[in-house]
Amino acid sequence: MNLRLALSLAMASLWYRRRVLALVTLTLTLSITLLLGVQYLRTEVKQSFTNTISGTDLIVGARSGQLNLLLYTVFHIGDATNNIRWSTYEKLQEDERIGWLVPISLGDSYRGHRVVGTSEQFPEHFRYGRDQQPALAEGEWFADVFDVVLGAEVARKHAHQTGDRVTLSHGGGKTSFSNHKDTPFKVTGILAPTGTPVDQAVYVSLEGLEAIHIGWESGVAIPGRTVTPEEARQRDLTPDAITAAFVGIDRKVLTFQVQRQINESQLEPLSAILPGVALSELWRIMGQFEKALLGITGFVVVTSLVGLVAVLLTLQAQRRQEVAILRATGASPALIAALHVIECVLLAIAACGLAILAGAAGIAALSPWLLDTWGVQVGLRPLNATEWSIIASVPLAALLVGLIPALQAWRGSRKQGLGHVAPE
Amino acid sequence: MPDMTGKTDLHKETSVTPESSVTPRQTLRISELTFRWDRAQPGIRYPDVTLNSGEHLFLRGPSGSGKSTLLSLMGGLIVPDSGRLELLGTDLAGLTSGQRDRFRADHMGVIFQQFNLVPYLSTLDNVTLPCRLSPKRRARALSSPEAEAKSLLTALGIPQNHWHRRVTTLSVGQQQRVAAARALTGAPELILADEPTSALDSDNRDRFIELLLGLAAEKHSSVVFVSHDKSLAQRFNHQLALEVTP
Repeated sequence: MNLRLALSLAMASLWYRRRVLALVTLTLTLSITLLLGVQYLRTEVKQSFTNTISGTDLIVGARSGQLNLLLYTVFHIGDATNNIRWSTYEKLQEDERIGWLVPISLGDSYRGHRVVGTSEQFPEHFRYGRDQQPALAEGEWFADVFDVVLGAEVARKHAHQTGDRVTLSHGGGKTSFSNHKDTPFKVTGILAPTGTPVDQAVYVSLEGLEAIHIGWESGVAIPGRTVTPEEARQRDLTPDAITAAFVGIDRKVLTFQVQRQINESQLEPLSAILPGVALSELWRIMGQFEKALLGITGFVVVTSLVGLVAVLLTLQAQRRQEVAILRATGASPALIAALHVIECVLLAIAACGLAILAGAAGIAALSPWLLDTWGVQVGLRPLNATEWSIIASVPLAALLVGLIPALQAWRGSRKQGLGHVAPE
Repeated sequence: MPDMTGKTDLHKETSVTPESSVTPRQTLRISELTFRWDRAQPGIRYPDVTLNSGEHLFLRGPSGSGKSTLLSLMGGLIVPDSGRLELLGTDLAGLTSGQRDRFRADHMGVIFQQFNLVPYLSTLDNVTLPCRLSPKRRARALSSPEAEAKSLLTALGIPQNHWHRRVTTLSVGQQQRVAAARALTGAPELILADEPTSALDSDNRDRFIELLLGLAAEKHSSVVFVSHDKSLAQRFNHQLALEVTP
């Protein structure tokens, strides 16, 4: 059997029938794009997830479930159930097994972005991705009470530069009516993009947060009790409480011991979680959903392949004359069958190619929105082995379903005599 | 396929003594050949025919007399129930179906009544098709399959600006001549023509037969020509009339 001839005939035949086949190829393209897109996002989101925090051995917060603690401390989603007393934090600092502590204080916002009160320990010890330190794109970390460092997205979205003055809002939400307008902050640094929730956050010192809340003890500013920045600097700005703390253990083998002791602490009800374990639990919950989604999109691809075969079978009736000519010229039934399989596979390959292009265009178009809305960094990257094997499985499946019209054509052309076939 | 109804009675009508050919090789030899499409129906017994290289056979008979069946037998698409059908000294019944396909590709050209061309190929690609299916045909072609195709198309009067066109834009007469070019390309020993002129007007018909037989002589190909039209018979060395007796 002449494979090259079969290939060139198949291509000419596809081109001849392009109008009929365009629509069914489009269906296939869309379904492959969907399948590929889901798989791609799965990988990216998982990567983005696991990249959010690294190097931290424990996260300590008020007693709550590990997912809740992880979500509000790392992803800035949801709120803390309670705070940790400052004295407890100091007790933890005294623990010899604990190498470092990064305090985290949440509750305020800047134009919908979380304000994270922390200390100089944060740039020192917080890590994301593969042990990467959050780096400054410009300026420096806060040194003064009223200094603020912006995440990359915050600065980009609101076109901030170092030296700008910003007013923080009390509480969360995109629009807040209670602003700390008496105590503006000065932007001293802007972080380089990390692709993690860090990009969406605003970092100030614990003292800064304390200072702007003087006179706000009841939740709103009480006239006469608030202070000017100058007055605030005179006060003792040690906080009473923080929201949580990231903990580094020097000897990793002691991590579980420290975790258990914190969980059983007599000081106050505390929870210490292992970020890795919490992340994988979170991913397991999300994973069920995305596996189901992948399964559904897989079925969509199968459905469109069945549609493709239905169209090819319909076309077969119009091709009896062409088959008669090829047979008379000496083509074997195997060549006729191969023609059908090759056409089916070529269509699938074309659809895969188009799907890759459509997927790339879609991701390029959607990634700013994904980062804005979900804080998930999805960039264009070369496809990985899993994705390539998903793509490769489509022409393979096409080859299998293409055997249906091929077998029919093979049987038909074996029975066919030489001679004129009336057109349908 | 014509349906076989009733008992088929066949007889050889005429046999003109062939002129001495350059290679007195037998292209076709049929002896005691019978075939039936299905067991419930009586079979056809074909008269014996011998065709030397370069000789042509005119085959006529009413519908259902087994003309097309005989062509299918010659083409090796079906095998006889009994008797021998030898082409170029080879008994087709002794070959596997794959070998018969190859044999057809190597040694035969076929022209149908109409709709002869692969719709998605250009005129030129339709003519070179046999050379792509058969290395033997390619080897016998002129310098290249394209050169052979061009020379045949020129000889058959297909204007050059039609060569690269989709074949569906050609007139019926042109399509039949392109089909003749395809059958002739690579000089096959046998050309099977199944009523190739029935869709043509008389001017086109005469021109077509003239060109076909002229080029077949050049290529030393034998033509088996099926037609209802008795007036064409005189151009052929051998005639065979098949009849159906009710």
